[in-house]
Amino acid sequence: MSAPILQLQDIRKNFGGLTAIENFSLEVFPGEIVALVGDNGAGKSTLVKIISGVHPPSSGTITIEGKPVTMSNATMGRAHGIEVVYQDLALADQQTVYMNMFLGREPLNRFGLLDRRRMIDETEKLVKELDVRIPSAHATIRDLSGGQRQGVAIARATHWASKLILLDEPTAALGVAETAKVEAIVQSLEQRNVGILIISHSLDQVFKLSDRICVLRRGKQIGVRETKKTDKNEIIAMITGLQQQ
Amino acid sequence: MTSANTGTEVGSFASRFNLQQYVVYLGFLAIFLFFAFMLRDSGFLTVRNLSNIVLQTAPVTIMAIGLVFVMSAGEIDLSIGSIVAVSALTAAVTIASYGMAAGIVAGLGAGILIGLINGALVAYVRLPSFLVTLATMGLFAGVSRSMTDLRSISVTNEAFTGFFGSGSLLGVPSLIWWTVIAIAVGHLIYRETRFGAHVLATGDNARAASVSGISVPKIRLAVLTISGGLAGLAGLLYAGRLQAAKYTLGETDLMTVIAAVIVGGTLLNGGKGSIVGALVGSLMMGMLNNGLILMGLSVSDQMIVRGLIILTAVAVSLRDKSR
Ligand SMILES: Nc1ncnc2c1ncn2[C@@H]1O[C@H](COP(=O)(O)OP(=O)(O)O)[C@@H](O)[C@H]1O
Ligand SMILES: [Mg+2]
Repeated sequence: MSAPILQLQDIRKNFGGLTAIENFSLEVFPGEIVALVGDNGAGKSTLVKIISGVHPPSSGTITIEGKPVTMSNATMGRAHGIEVVYQDLALADQQTVYMNMFLGREPLNRFGLLDRRRMIDETEKLVKELDVRIPSAHATIRDLSGGQRQGVAIARATHWASKLILLDEPTAALGVAETAKVEAIVQSLEQRNVGILIISHSLDQVFKLSDRICVLRRGKQIGVRETKKTDKNEIIAMITGLQQQ
Repeated sequence: MTSANTGTEVGSFASRFNLQQYVVYLGFLAIFLFFAFMLRDSGFLTVRNLSNIVLQTAPVTIMAIGLVFVMSAGEIDLSIGSIVAVSALTAAVTIASYGMAAGIVAGLGAGILIGLINGALVAYVRLPSFLVTLATMGLFAGVSRSMTDLRSISVTNEAFTGFFGSGSLLGVPSLIWWTVIAIAVGHLIYRETRFGAHVLATGDNARAASVSGISVPKIRLAVLTISGGLAGLAGLLYAGRLQAAKYTLGETDLMTVIAAVIVGGTLLNGGKGSIVGALVGSLMMGMLNNGLILMGLSVSDQMIVRGLIILTAVAVSLRDKSR
C-alpha cells in the first residue's frame, strides 16, 4: 500500500474549557474514501476544520505526505492541496458557475485582467468529466437546483485539491434523486488519486461510498473499520456506545 | 456552449437575464422621448441643452461609480454629499494659498481620508456602514459649515477652473472627459479585474468569499475609500465649474446618486451591479431634472416626481432580488 496522504496523530482541540476532540489519530490514503460518522456534536465538523486549517489543533500533529504541517487558516490548507465542500454551500449565488469555480483564485491574462476564456473552458471541461449537469458555465448559481449547486461545489474542490477533499454532509440538504447524483460524483473522484474524507449521517450512503469507516463519539475515536468487513449494527453500536443484543 | 449539458432551466435563465439588463435603457429612452415630444418647443432637444445635462451630471456620475463599488460589496455610503463639500472647500482654501497642485492633493486627500475612516470603522471595528456613514454624513456636514463660517470661497485659479470645469480638450468639454475616463476606468476595474470580482463576491456571500481566501475586511475598506476619493473628485468638479466652493455643494446629491445607481441595475444588497448602468441612471436623473424644470414644475413638484421614480426603481430592484 502507498504512503498515507494525511496522518493525524493525537489531535486534541479545546474550545475554552470544552474538549471537542481528544487523542484522535487517523490515516487517509490516496484513492481512498474514508467516512467519518458520529452523533451530533461528536466533533466531526471540528475535525474537518482542523484538517482544512480553519482551527489549529490545541495539540497533536498533522502530517501531509510525510511532512508535518502547521496551519492557521483555510488559505494555508488550500496551499497544501486540501479543499472542503461545506454542507451549507459556500457559493456566491449571483455570480456565474465559472466565477465560483475560481473564486479567490481567478487566473489573469497577460494584461493582468481576468482570463474569462480560460475559466470558462476549464469549468466546462471539468463539469463534463464529473457529469455535473448544468445549463452552462455562464449560468448563475441561484438558477441551479440544490444538486447542481453541490455538484459545482464538488467540481471546484476537485479542481483545486491535489491531496485531499473533505466533504461535510454534502447531501444533507438534498432530495433523493439529487443525493444519488452527488453520490455518483463523489464515487468518481476515487480515480483521481486524492484522499477523500466524507462526513455523513446516512449509513446507507457511508456503506455505498466508503472504503473505511471511522467512528467518533464525544470527541474520541471509537474505532476504524474496513467497510467490507463490518455491518450497520456494529457501526451503530459504536456510534451510540450501546451494545446491541 | 456544449448543448449536451443543456438542462431544463435554460428558458428561465435566459428570460431573467434579458429583462433586468435592459430596464434602465428602456426607461432612459422612454423619458427622453417623453420630454422630446412634450418640450419640443421649449428647447429640450437643442445641442446646448443636452450637453448641459451631461455637464451638470458629471459630479453625480463620478459619485455613482464609487457607490456601485460600495453597494456591490453589500455596503452603503451616505456620507458622499458631505465629502463633496469638505473636499471642495479644502481645495478652494488650499488653492488660494498654495496653488492648483496643492489644492487638488488636499481636496482629493480629504475625500480619501474620510473614506478611509468610514472603511476602517466598517471593516475593522465591524460597525454597519449604514450607521457609520450616517454619522460621518452629519459630522462632516458640520465640519464643512464650520470650515469657513458658512462663507463661500471663490476659486479664481484659471488652470484649476479650466481643468475641472469650463475648459475643453480637442473640442470636448473637460467635464465630459472626466465622465468618460472615470466610467471607462471604473468599468474596467469593476468587470475585468480580480478586485472587481472580489467586491462582487463579498457583497454576494461574505462567508463564501472569506473561505475562498478573499480578505473581506480589505474589500470593505477599499470600496469605502474609493467612494470617498470619488466624492472628493466630484467636489473638485463642482468647485471648478462653479468657480467657488460652499458648504451647500453636494447637499442634495445623495438621493440622486443612490437613485442613479439603483435604476442602473446595482442591487441594494450587493453581489450585482453595473458601472455603465449607473452612468445611464445618472443621465436619466439629470434629464429628469432638466425636463421637469423646463416643463415649469415647481421645486416641490419636482421633488415629488423624483421621489416616485426612485420608489419605482427600488421596487424593481428588490423584486429581482427575491426571485
Ligand atoms: N467554534 C466553537 N466554539 C466552541 N465550541 C465549539 C465550536 N465549534 C464546535 N464546538 C463544540 O464542539 C463540539 C463538536 O461540534 P461539531 O464538531 O460541530 O460536531 P458535529 O459536526 O460532529 O456535529 C460541540 O460540543 C460543539 O458545541
Ligand atoms: Mg457538523
